Amino acid sequence: MTSRTIEVDELSRVEGEGALRLIIRDGAVATAELRIIEPPRLFEGLLRGRAYTEAPDITARICGICPAAYQMSAVHAIEAALGIEVDGPLRALRRLLYCGEWIESHALHIYLLHAPDFLGYDGAIDMAQAHPAAVRRGLLLKQVGNALMTLIGGREIHPVNVRVGGFYRVPTRAELTPIAERLQWAREAAWETVNWVAGFEFPELARDYTLVALRHPDEYPMNAGRIASNRGLDCAVADFEQQIEEQHEARSTALHARLVGPAAAGLPAAGAYLTGPLARYHLNRAQLSPLALEAAQAAGLGATCDNPFRSILVRAVEILYACDEALAIITDYEPPPAPALLALPRAGTGHGATEAPRGLLYHRYDLNADGSIRAARIIPPTSQNQASIEGDLREFAGHWLGLPDAGLQQQCERAVRNHDPCISCATHFLRLTVEHG
Amino acid sequence: MTKPRRPTLAVWKFASCDGCQLTLLDCEEELLAVAGAVEIARFLEATRAVRPGPYDISLVEGSITTAADRDRIQAVRRESGLLVAIGACAAGGGIQALRNRASLAELTAAVYARPDYLDTLAESTPIAEHVPVDYELRGCPIAKGQLLEVITALLAGRQPVLPPHSVCHDCKLAGQVCVMVAQGIPCLGPLTQAGCGALCPGFQRGCYGCFGPMEQPNRPALDHWLRALGVGTAAAGRLDGRFDPRLQALAEDTGD
Repeated sequence: MTSRTIEVDELSRVEGEGALRLIIRDGAVATAELRIIEPPRLFEGLLRGRAYTEAPDITARICGICPAAYQMSAVHAIEAALGIEVDGPLRALRRLLYCGEWIESHALHIYLLHAPDFLGYDGAIDMAQAHPAAVRRGLLLKQVGNALMTLIGGREIHPVNVRVGGFYRVPTRAELTPIAERLQWAREAAWETVNWVAGFEFPELARDYTLVALRHPDEYPMNAGRIASNRGLDCAVADFEQQIEEQHEARSTALHARLVGPAAAGLPAAGAYLTGPLARYHLNRAQLSPLALEAAQAAGLGATCDNPFRSILVRAVEILYACDEALAIITDYEPPPAPALLALPRAGTGHGATEAPRGLLYHRYDLNADGSIRAARIIPPTSQNQASIEGDLREFAGHWLGLPDAGLQQQCERAVRNHDPCISCATHFLRLTVEHG
Repeated sequence: MTKPRRPTLAVWKFASCDGCQLTLLDCEEELLAVAGAVEIARFLEATRAVRPGPYDISLVEGSITTAADRDRIQAVRRESGLLVAIGACAAGGGIQALRNRASLAELTAAVYARPDYLDTLAESTPIAEHVPVDYELRGCPIAKGQLLEVITALLAGRQPVLPPHSVCHDCKLAGQVCVMVAQGIPCLGPLTQAGCGALCPGFQRGCYGCFGPMEQPNRPALDHWLRALGVGTAAAGRLDGRFDPRLQALAEDTGD
């Protein structure tokens, strides 16, 4: 029996610290694992006993890359528990903040983390030598996303302006005007980004994913919708926990989320599912703006995209969409009468799910009558995607076994980066120790 | 004549959210200039190329929460010329130091089905409790300008200019109306070190202390105000510097 082990102890160009391990026995992939090597931070425990008003500030600290996503899922869940619904201009401003995070996070991933894989560089700083205009465009695009987050949220990492019920302060129309000019530029840059990445060379590989995302009748989903799949799942956010199970297995302290129950009947891969751009695109393509849809078509994206290497195209299309959407929100914006709705404490349970750039982010809070948090549950995108990422490694690595170890390792790293895993996010659950017999 | 060698820069991560090292990538306009002035020798979030140490400058993000990390920070120190702790986790223990006041067994049971699989310490501690730290940058997250100031100063061989005064001071300089005096909003600005540009009062909310305590805070003077505003009661909520536990310690000293 011949055995070959590929190990990457510290994955690069992902958010947080992860590792991967691939074991090949007799010419077949025996084991493929994405390992999370971050220390646990125990957020769900830390939230207990804190005031409901603190959840958006505390949970933002789970992830420096998508803090607004954490704030959004937190405020929606808590507002559901309090029985209030934020609508009108406050809802639009939340969507505007989220547009900023999508632009910033996707531009970071496309230009700094993912594109170097396609063009053969270790990182974007090396890539800038031969592709200065592209790297500069990526950095400026990312800067526009950050500027939008700073305008609405106060700063791009851990915004200070989000609160249960709305915001602390809302912008005037005049304050939004300068960012609109920059978004016009970003829209052009996003179009160029789609063209740029469409020219990359993609491995001809595909997967039969179960795709899960929010679905909304009127908008490409960010903050609201039902949770749906390409295989019949269609449930209210409040019912999501009945559809999934997080397993804490003996071989791993990683919690892997899997679909269970009626929605999982007959599903391949033991309930593994994928959230993120591929899922959002498949389930909500018709809600893209006309320009984003045109760009998707021009880039060769059909009704679905089952090749994870091409997820970079979908992210580029989503940047373009986020620019369009942000401009539309700014055009229609009229300041609300008050920066926040009254959010008085009461006992109850609330659920919230929003679309972080890298996938579905679910929060649940049980509140006591004085508004203190009795229990919290957070299911981040990467712990939901982990089983599918490992599935990619298992299925794809077979095609690369002819490569020398260094080449095989690089392809496996690419397969992980395809999904923009946010390991810091997943980390408050995870530490994995692997034993092989 | 050979070109002078560029100083090498390494970035390390411990228990954290990635936000402080992301701040380096968020220096969009300046990123390529920084990359030209230093040799980025180890920065996993940005590049898979890792050059072997030792490193002239190490930026360390995150706090120490596991036995393995307690050993790893020693190795990082040995490989580093100057070690800069970046952000509230590295400088103060961070949000995860809320565990220091709780039972670890209860916390892990709240999150994990099988807490016995975990390798985690009872306390989250700052880098300086384990190894000597040359400079520290405050904030959750750190301020971009302060990060660039430290890198620039170290390259120029001078001391970085990092103001030790309070957020309150900067708030006055910015011409903002005091949210506590005018609106009765509890604010930690008088105790908290500057660096954020008095951000929260500018957004009509009180400072929540994410830059940690200033050099010589006058806590009793502020407590007088906070008590009058009902801080610590369920209605007003807590204001205990949860993002930098050194402010927590102050709050507990006075029975807040």
